[in-house]
Amino acid sequence: MMAGVIFAFSAAALLQFFVSYCRSLIAASSKQVLSAEVKDVTGIQRIPSGDDFRRVMQLLQLCPERPEDRNSVQAIGAYFRLLNFLRSTVARLVPSMHAWTESERGQCAYFAAVTLERRISFSRDMLAQQMDA
Amino acid sequence: MLSPADWMIWSLATLFEAAVVVCSVHRKVFRRYFFLNLYMLFNVLVSLGRFQVLIHQGRSSVEYRYFYFYSDALLTIVLFFALISLYSFVFQELQLERYLRLGAVLVLAGTAWFSYAVVNQSSARMLTHFAFELSQNLYFIGLVLTYALWGAILKLRETRVLLVQLVLSLGVYFSAYAASYAISNLRPNLFSYIYLLVPIIGCLLPLAWAYAIWRVPEEARLAPARLAVVPR
Repeated sequence: MMAGVIFAFSAAALLQFFVSYCRSLIAASSKQVLSAEVKDVTGIQRIPSGDDFRRVMQLLQLCPERPEDRNSVQAIGAYFRLLNFLRSTVARLVPSMHAWTESERGQCAYFAAVTLERRISFSRDMLAQQMDA
Repeated sequence: MLSPADWMIWSLATLFEAAVVVCSVHRKVFRRYFFLNLYMLFNVLVSLGRFQVLIHQGRSSVEYRYFYFYSDALLTIVLFFALISLYSFVFQELQLERYLRLGAVLVLAGTAWFSYAVVNQSSARMLTHFAFELSQNLYFIGLVLTYALWGAILKLRETRVLLVQLVLSLGVYFSAYAASYAISNLRPNLFSYIYLLVPIIGCLLPLAWAYAIWRVPEEARLAPARLAVVPR
């Protein structure tokens, strides 16, 4: 009985902390404006949609990885899967939840696009260093 | 002996723990987040100590078990003080530091007394069981205190991104641990899976802290209301 209560409380806390942690990662990138080049490549013009996420992630895989991004990209990937799960279950019954998951999925896509931008400039810097050497 | 997967997780965890201290020194925040760094330093030392005992005595030896439980109790106490240091950052402007310290000592003493009371009823090897009981109870107290701290961050509109990320990652760590302990009590047949999961959870906290200290500038700010799961 007691273990059940502790499990329910800690699972709810885990979900809440995880969602808030992912949102704090997203919030840090939301102020960054995307360059015209990345907008063209990703197809994100004004407001990003959740459907852009997979495409941007595929582009992200093509760029050399920056070690400092790996943790946050994995966390947001897990968050996106969680949002997809909510969208296909609970959000079908609660319309406000549907709007919320859509907006969050769009934010995830924007985060991925900002990470792509950083990776592109990282690759350029590496190339420039190699050319200089 | 250790399997290749155990080796990898052990090395990664120790590496991430050391990375937190290195990042703090590099970013010149070692003294500011002293208790967080102290916890990570203790973790590195304990990891190395456990490894030594494991190599010489083996995993099923009594020495390894004793070393494991006593060091775990010590680590949990240091982590408790690291959490209290995060409290003092959040309540800095209210100048409640004296009360926080007093409250922390009272909570720790209360948890120790409760653990002793539980062990005293039924145990022959009391000190070892006390260390185990204290460690488990402090994990749950840590989760409750982290949850309360997160509530205070939202209520006081704390805007420091670094502090918010340190608290949230600690919350994920505590709640994942508490959930895994509880589920292994509920379903003992799942213990073999939980046993594999626990070291992975242990890697997440130093990884998230190292990332936050390395990547997030001290002056970065955000609106905490944006982070709440339920919009405010």
